[in-house]
Amino acid sequence: MGQITLQNVQKAFGPVHIIKGANLDIADGSFVVFVGPSGCGKTTLLRLIAGLEDVTDGRILIDGKNVVNVPPAKRGLSMVFQSYALYPHMSVRGNIAFGLKMAGLPRAEINRKVEAAAATLNLTPYLERKPRELSGGQRQRVAIGRAIVREPKAFLFDEPLSNLDAALRVQMRLEVTRLQKQLATTAIYVTHDQVEAMTMADKIVVLNAGRIEQYGTPLELYEKPANLFVAGFIGSPRMNFVNGEAAAKYGAATIGVRPEHLRTAREGEGWPGKIAVAEHLGSDTFLYVDAGALGTLTVRHVGELSLSPGDAIVLSPDPSRIHRFDKDGQALRS
Amino acid sequence: MATKQTQLLARTLLSPAVVLLLVWMIVPLALTIYFSTLHYNLLDGDSGQFVGLDNFRYFLTDPAFLASLQNTLVLVGSVLGLTILLGIPLALLLDQPVIGRSIVRLMVIAPFFVMPTVSALVWKNLLMHPVSGLFAWIAKLFGLIPIDWFNDAPLFAIILIVTWQWLPFATLILLTALQSLDEEQKEAAEMDGARATSTFIYITLPHLARPITVVILIETIFLLTVFAEIFVTTGGGPGLQTTNIAFLIYSQALIQYDIGSASAGGLVAVIIANIVAFFLVRIVGRNLEA
Amino acid sequence: MARMATNRRVAISTIGAWLAGFLIFFPILWMVLASLKTELEAFAIPPSFLFFHWTLENYVTVQERSDYIHHALNSIIIAGGSTLIALLIAIPAAWSMAFSPTKRTKDVLLWMLSTKMMPPVGVLVPIYLIWRDFGLLDSLTGLIIILCLGNLPIVIWMLFTYFKEIPRDILEAARMDGATVGRELVYVLTPMAVPGLASTLLLNLILAWNEAFWTLNLSTLNAAPLTVFIASYSSPEGLFWAKLSAASTLAIAPILVLGWFSQRQLVRGLTFGAVK
Repeated sequence: MGQITLQNVQKAFGPVHIIKGANLDIADGSFVVFVGPSGCGKTTLLRLIAGLEDVTDGRILIDGKNVVNVPPAKRGLSMVFQSYALYPHMSVRGNIAFGLKMAGLPRAEINRKVEAAAATLNLTPYLERKPRELSGGQRQRVAIGRAIVREPKAFLFDEPLSNLDAALRVQMRLEVTRLQKQLATTAIYVTHDQVEAMTMADKIVVLNAGRIEQYGTPLELYEKPANLFVAGFIGSPRMNFVNGEAAAKYGAATIGVRPEHLRTAREGEGWPGKIAVAEHLGSDTFLYVDAGALGTLTVRHVGELSLSPGDAIVLSPDPSRIHRFDKDGQALRS
Repeated sequence: MATKQTQLLARTLLSPAVVLLLVWMIVPLALTIYFSTLHYNLLDGDSGQFVGLDNFRYFLTDPAFLASLQNTLVLVGSVLGLTILLGIPLALLLDQPVIGRSIVRLMVIAPFFVMPTVSALVWKNLLMHPVSGLFAWIAKLFGLIPIDWFNDAPLFAIILIVTWQWLPFATLILLTALQSLDEEQKEAAEMDGARATSTFIYITLPHLARPITVVILIETIFLLTVFAEIFVTTGGGPGLQTTNIAFLIYSQALIQYDIGSASAGGLVAVIIANIVAFFLVRIVGRNLEA
Repeated sequence: MARMATNRRVAISTIGAWLAGFLIFFPILWMVLASLKTELEAFAIPPSFLFFHWTLENYVTVQERSDYIHHALNSIIIAGGSTLIALLIAIPAAWSMAFSPTKRTKDVLLWMLSTKMMPPVGVLVPIYLIWRDFGLLDSLTGLIIILCLGNLPIVIWMLFTYFKEIPRDILEAARMDGATVGRELVYVLTPMAVPGLASTLLLNLILAWNEAFWTLNLSTLNAAPLTVFIASYSSPEGLFWAKLSAASTLAIAPILVLGWFSQRQLVRGLTFGAVK
């Protein structure tokens, strides 16, 4: 119904190689998030799947059929753009109905579907309004309505929440996730925000400079990062990395410990240091510790820890939570 | 997203415009060059002889040409100077919180939309007429002798008329540029202790440097060929005092019917305009990148 | 300092601006006043500003003169015709440059603009001769052709900038919604481009209406538009100042109104985008 496979997909703009051989299997009905830093190629990959860009090489299969030469209109996909891309001269009804109109459906059926979609998204009172009369969140919902009404094989989302303010973003995150589960349609969602990725996805694709670094569930990425990049990208605050002797002790070129897995003590065995900054949130305490040769280490403690800048402290990593990496940045699994 | 098909379509759609403009550019220009090498006079019997660069020599050494060149430079230079010197304060004024600002804007913009023949005649008859014109009356009120503009200071009169017509253009451009000046820059300057004049000199003026250049270049291109105002008021005279290059060529072509000489003159005008155009195209090109 | 003096600032600015505006607008105002006087009062000394015998007789006379109407119609036909034909040629050209740009597009565009920078007087001779030989002198067709060619670069340029402003992703959304190129054009692109088209149309109507080089040189009577008609009042015989003023007011009134609406377009069209 909405199974998508990528086989060695390449994309180059002239001499610049944006996507360097992507291989991916997306199960029908799953919510997959493409995440990565700016310029990693996640939006390009999305647009290749949509058909808005042509691949330089490779195959894209939708339900087993190669669609590389099929125009976007015929691939049966819907896209929600970052800027919503609503038609400014049409009403909300017109915007949502447009795709159905292009498909040649009879008027009565179009109205029925549009009104159903509007009801799902709480847009019914706004059906006759123009986009410029709507708030950001409402426009967003119209864009989503336009996408769902065509009952596509998959939804494609291009950073749809990045133009909303923080509170609205959290609310819309829930709505999008709920909607996708309800409709049971495959969704591919691009974002640079790893918190969004972790909370919404069934599986995450981490991209870096055109390469897929890892493809797995949020928990897999958190507990078993495949390399330094994924380890440093997933998890906030960022994982602590230590090189040199301290790492060699564990038989690795680099070791990584997440801030939440560093135990604190006044004295004893471990890595000594001095607190540079202490952030007290009430629910958590974040400590930034100057650990001499080991650099600055970040610590996250659940609950309140009454320490202040200047205090001496000793940090010890939870031994079961140490990640080891070889000199090429690949994870070492024992 | 351009595929091969769309590209072919695009090129087809573009060709009529390109072809037309190409023909419009090349054919008359080629003919002008051809004619400029001939002794060709519509009234003369022995027209059509090839005289090489003789026309150019005669044209460029003709005292009429030198006079017209001087007039052209004076005309263009004066109008440029006046429109900018008056346009800057006007633009600054219109940028202020003025009550009824849109009406004032309308009044300031209006002269640009009046057709040149109307402007010229209104100035010549209603304002500058030595007996019944308004200026004459005002002069007499102050006990001064009214100026016979088109006899005593004809070029200056033309300069006044053309300045009046182009002042709105300069003002509008400068005003647009002023309004794009970030308010926060001015506020930062204020926090830094700058007073009104310093803000103007160090922040506003440099911001205006680019639009002023654009105004100069564009006005020059259009001012080089001032024609209607001269045609309608002085006919180039008295003598040659208000003849600019454009009018000189016109009079040679359509009054003396000396095609050869007029063509040579036309080419000179084209060359001068091209030099200015070169710089303007560079600035426009740079903006296109942005 | 700046905030406290606001009231004073507003007062000074207002007075200064109105003074300047009035001075600049005065010749036009004076002309309109003259058109409402009798011929005798029009050039009487001392001139009267408000207290004169207001009359519409000049307007009546001008309207009655069939040649005024004839020339006004010419102006309309020439301005309208040249602008519409220019649009017909320019729309596809601008569309292709805005939506299917190539490496050469920028150069082509700049070249087109440069044709506008050529002084008309430089090609007066051959155009005159060609027009004469083809019977185009003093003909509406002849004037429409030349004005169309003269304004074509500006029309293309302005349409190009307006097309470029249409967000690309709205067109992509239409494509995702299943629209073919043709339907994308009809249902999405054109409605969004209408304001830009209207602005371009407006500005070029004004430029064509006011054109006073080719109209003066390539027409005498039959095809002469209002620019030429007014110029014919410049002969010293007959001091028809009041009537001249009436005719002039009628000739410029529509343009002044249109011009008010096209200020921003003026900046865009005539500075070739060099000023934002």
